[in-house]
Amino acid sequence: MADPIPLTVEFTGGLEMLFSDQRKHKISIPGQDEDGSASNVAYLIHWLCDNLMKDPRKEMFVLDDSVRPGVLVLINDSDWELEGEANYELQPNDNVVFVSTLHGG
Amino acid sequence: MPPHQCEICKITRAQVLRPKNGQRICSACFIALFESEVAVTITSTNLFQPGERVAIGASGGKDSTVLASVLKTLNDRHGWNLDLVLLSVDEGIQGYRDHSLEAVKRNSADLDLPLKIVSYEELYGWSMDQVVAQVGKKGNCTYCGVFRRQALDRGAAMLNVGHVVTGHNADDVAETVLMNLLRGDLPRLSRATSIITSTPSAAPPKDDGAVSFTNVKRSKPLMYAYEKEIVLYAHHKKLDYFSTECIYSPEAFRGSARTLIKNLERIRPESILDVVRSGVDMAKLVPGADGKCKGACGDSKAAGSTNAAEEEAEGGCGSSNTNSGGDSMVEMEKKLQQDERTEANGPETEVTLPANPKETVSIGVRHSHEAYSSLPPDDGIYGQNHEKNGASKATAVPIRTKQEKKSGRKPTRDAAAPKQRLGQCERCGYLSSQSVCKACVLLEGLNKARPRTGVEVGGGG
Ligand SMILES: [Zn+2]
Ligand SMILES: [Zn+2]
Repeated sequence: MADPIPLTVEFTGGLEMLFSDQRKHKISIPGQDEDGSASNVAYLIHWLCDNLMKDPRKEMFVLDDSVRPGVLVLINDSDWELEGEANYELQPNDNVVFVSTLHGG
Repeated sequence: MPPHQCEICKITRAQVLRPKNGQRICSACFIALFESEVAVTITSTNLFQPGERVAIGASGGKDSTVLASVLKTLNDRHGWNLDLVLLSVDEGIQGYRDHSLEAVKRNSADLDLPLKIVSYEELYGWSMDQVVAQVGKKGNCTYCGVFRRQALDRGAAMLNVGHVVTGHNADDVAETVLMNLLRGDLPRLSRATSIITSTPSAAPPKDDGAVSFTNVKRSKPLMYAYEKEIVLYAHHKKLDYFSTECIYSPEAFRGSARTLIKNLERIRPESILDVVRSGVDMAKLVPGADGKCKGACGDSKAAGSTNAAEEEAEGGCGSSNTNSGGDSMVEMEKKLQQDERTEANGPETEVTLPANPKETVSIGVRHSHEAYSSLPPDDGIYGQNHEKNGASKATAVPIRTKQEKKSGRKPTRDAAAPKQRLGQCERCGYLSSQSVCKACVLLEGLNKARPRTGVEVGGGG
C-alpha cells in the first residue's frame, strides 16, 4: 500500500459554502485508488464528494464525473489543463484550488 | 507532465492557459497582458476623455472588483487623469448585499477610491426584502433589474458623474447574445454587443453643467475579457472579492444560456469570444437597430435604452441556478405588459407606420419602437409587434388592443403599449418610451398594496 498523501485543498468563488463555509482544508487521501493506481485529481474529486462535502448539492461541484464547467482548478497555482487535468498524479503537500466562476458578479 | 515554460518571458513556469488562444504563460506575464488588453480596448474605442469623472458600478463581486483594480492601475500607469469613484447599489437584501457591500468598502480602502452607496430604500421607499415580502420570490428579479438601472444613473447624477462603467465580461455578453438569438430578438443585439450604451437625454442639459440622471453614459470595458481570466486575475493578484448567489430566485432562461456557454467553453474555449464577435457582426446587419447611429443621429437612439435593465443583470443576478420552476422573469414581464396596456385610454389606438419601405423592412416585426425611434414623439405609436406578415406595410393601421390581448400569443416584453412616445416618465422624469416608466409602474403596484404617503421615485437628479 502506498502512503497516504497529505494535501491542501481550497474552495473559493462561492464553492466554500458547499464545504462547511471553510475555504482551506488540510486533508490526507489514500495513496492509491480502488484499482491500485496512484491517486490522481479525478480520484481526489470523488474523494472530496464522498468525504469532505457535507452539502447535498453535489451538482454544484461535479457534473458528468468531472468538475462542473465554470469551476477552475489550480494545481500548485497553475491551471490544471497545464498539468494533465484529471490525470495529474498527486504529490505530497500539493495545493489544489477549486474556484467557481459562476457566482455573483 | 514536464512543466511548460512561459511562452512570453521564457523563464518562469507557465501557470495560465489562455482560453482565447491557448497561450501558456506565467502569472506575471498574464497580469501584464490582461491589463494591457483592457488598455487597448479602452484606447481603441476612445472610451474615456482625459480627466473624465467615471463611476465604477461596484457590487463587491469578482467582475467589478477586477474592473476597479485594473482601471486604477491603468489610470496611474498611463496618466489618464481619470477621476474614479466607486458606486454601489444597496438593494436591501439581508445576508447578501450587506456582506458584499463590506467587500466594496474594503476595495474602496485598498484602492483609495471614494465610495457612494445608493439604496432602493432611499430611492424608491422599498428594499428588495420588502418587495419580496409583498410580491413573493417569483418575478422579483424584474423589480430588481428595473430598479437597479435607474439607481446607478441616479447615483451617478448625485455624484455629478456622467459615465458609469460596469463589469460585464465576455461570457456575460456571449450569454446575452445567445438569449437574444433564442428569443428572435435581433434588434437588441447591438445593445448587448456595444461597448458604450448611452442613455442620451431627452431633456436639454442643465444650465449649470450638472449631470442629469437621464444623461449618463454606460460602458463595459471588460466586454472582451473572459470570465475565467477575470477570476484568474483576481486570484493571482490576490484581490478581495465576495461571491455568493443572490438569495432570491434567479432567472431560469439566463441560467440555461450561461450553462450552455460554459459547456461550449469546456469543449472549445474560443467559442465565447467567437459568439461575442458574431453578435457584433450580426448587430451591424440588423437595420434600424439602436446601435447603428451611435452619436450621429440624435434622438434615434434614445428608445433602445428603456428596456435595458432586463438585459443587463448585474450583481447577483444572472445566476447559474436553473432550479426555479417557471421562468419568473417572463411571468413578471407579462404582468408588466398587462399593466402597461391597462393604462391605455381607449380600446382602439391609431397606429401609424411610416411608408418608407426601408424603414418597414427594418421593423424586423419586433421592436418597432426601436426601429421607429426617429419618429417625432406623438407619431411614434406602433403596435405591430406580433404581425409577421406584410400587412404591417400599410401607413395607418387601427389596432384593437383588446383583440390583441385575446390573440392567444404570448406577450413579449416589447409588446405594443398604446401611449408610446419618446421622452421622460411623467412621474419621475426618467427616460421612458411610455408615459410612465417601468419603475413607476412597478412602484404603483407595490404602493397600492401597501398604502403609504409621499412615496415617489425621489433622490437627486
Ligand atoms: Zn512569463
Ligand atoms: Zn418613472
